[in-house]
Amino acid sequence: MATQNKKDIKFLSNPNLNKNRKKYCRFKKTGIKYIDYKDPDFLLKFVNEQGKILPRRLTGNSLKFQRKVAQAVKRARHLSLLPYVTDGLK
Amino acid sequence: MLKQYETVVILSPLLSEDELKQAVAGYTKWFKKKKIELVHQENWGLKQLAYPIANKHSGYYLVLEYKSNVETVAEFEIELVRDNDRVLRFLTVVLDKYALKYNEDKRAGLVGKNKKVAPKVAPVVEPTIS
Repeated sequence: MATQNKKDIKFLSNPNLNKNRKKYCRFKKTGIKYIDYKDPDFLLKFVNEQGKILPRRLTGNSLKFQRKVAQAVKRARHLSLLPYVTDGLK
Repeated sequence: MLKQYETVVILSPLLSEDELKQAVAGYTKWFKKKKIELVHQENWGLKQLAYPIANKHSGYYLVLEYKSNVETVAEFEIELVRDNDRVLRFLTVVLDKYALKYNEDKRAGLVGKNKKVAPKVAPVVEPTIS
């Protein structure tokens, strides 16, 4: 019993489960330079169910592209491509 | 100084086919009169609006891309405002160099929804957004 290995320690749940992966900016990674406000299906990734713009905390966008995303979403809203207020968007 | 602009116009759904053509022809004619180079014109057709504008739930979308100076853009916007029984809403945007490239690629079918060639790279796993 005294020579118990580290391997043999049993956990109640998988200890690797909650290790969050590093977030990254998808625009930097894929080299997208321009965000089209005329493409509401793409912008849908950056809004929540109520049509609110998701924070950088959740999307992982760099500040530069978060600003561009916000601008594009707002333009799409003006053109009635995205709703200002809604419920159950997704 | 000339810059490239893009205007999206939402026209009333109550217009008939002929009236719609007439409206579009009216704009192109206006551009010709002002000697503005119309780079690209796109008609999206009747589309559902995300929220009602002037008690209407759909509209004809029209995208105009042109090279112009600032004064003429302002004049064009005034034209659109005056045309308020046909125009529900419009938005004019200056295109920067990335936007120009994007639009050209889109027309060539390289990016966007009507992509012709399948992407070579495997789709990047996107971070989960809760």
